[in-house]
Amino acid sequence: MKLTPEEYDGLSKQASPKSKLLQDCLWAFGVGGAICLLGEILRQSYLAKGFTLTDASTMASVTLIVISAVTTSLGWYQRLAAKAGAGTLVPITGFANSVVSPAIEFKSEGYVPGVGAKMFLIAGPVIVYGLAASAVWGVIYCFIRTL
Amino acid sequence: MGFVWAFVIGGLICVVGQLLIDLTSFTPARVLVTFVVSGVVLSALGWYQPLVNLAGAGASVPLIGFGHLLAQGVMDAVESMGLLGALTGGFTAAAAGITASLVCGVIAAVSSHSHDQN
Repeated sequence: MKLTPEEYDGLSKQASPKSKLLQDCLWAFGVGGAICLLGEILRQSYLAKGFTLTDASTMASVTLIVISAVTTSLGWYQRLAAKAGAGTLVPITGFANSVVSPAIEFKSEGYVPGVGAKMFLIAGPVIVYGLAASAVWGVIYCFIRTL
Repeated sequence: MGFVWAFVIGGLICVVGQLLIDLTSFTPARVLVTFVVSGVVLSALGWYQPLVNLAGAGASVPLIGFGHLLAQGVMDAVESMGLLGALTGGFTAAAAGITASLVCGVIAAVSSHSHDQN
């Protein structure tokens, strides 16, 4: 019997509804917290090297993105994500994974329609609505300032 | 103490995402979009900066922090160039993260082959 991941998800949810929710949340907390802790360690070490507050945060994010890209290429990130769920999705590493993973997967469809386009499957909507929201806020902020 | 807060706040934000997935069957893309837009709104209301001050990367690493970055970037740009800043501020602030992700994607595609997802 072949199942799509969605069908399997539905079946496993029916089989164990309550304990699974708690288990999922504990995994998300532990792994998500650990990724953020790693980010904070990186940020503090960049601060200690003399980066400004903003630059240190940016450098920490970029480092996490590179770590995510490498572990995604090796297939490790997906294996952790199967257990950790939102714990690996919500941090910036999950955003990087959502770009790198389809880039590798759709390589067989070519570099323009495959890699180039499919990278934006998840990152595209995130960028579109994030920037749209920020533009709306920018206009509002501009009016608030003139008051 | 900062490290403890980073772990706890970061972990709790991920639990919110997990609850959205498990209880409302949100897709991963929808969770991320919701988080980024929420980040812009929370930051605009001035509610997110205190959390960043407390938890550092615990608040800035989750995607809500990405929204916060967009909102702060837009405010800085509006301060310096007026209304035009509403269009440039977000992308400027997010440039490093987005470009790093895309470049990593291209490098990974060139240098590795597809893994069996199952």
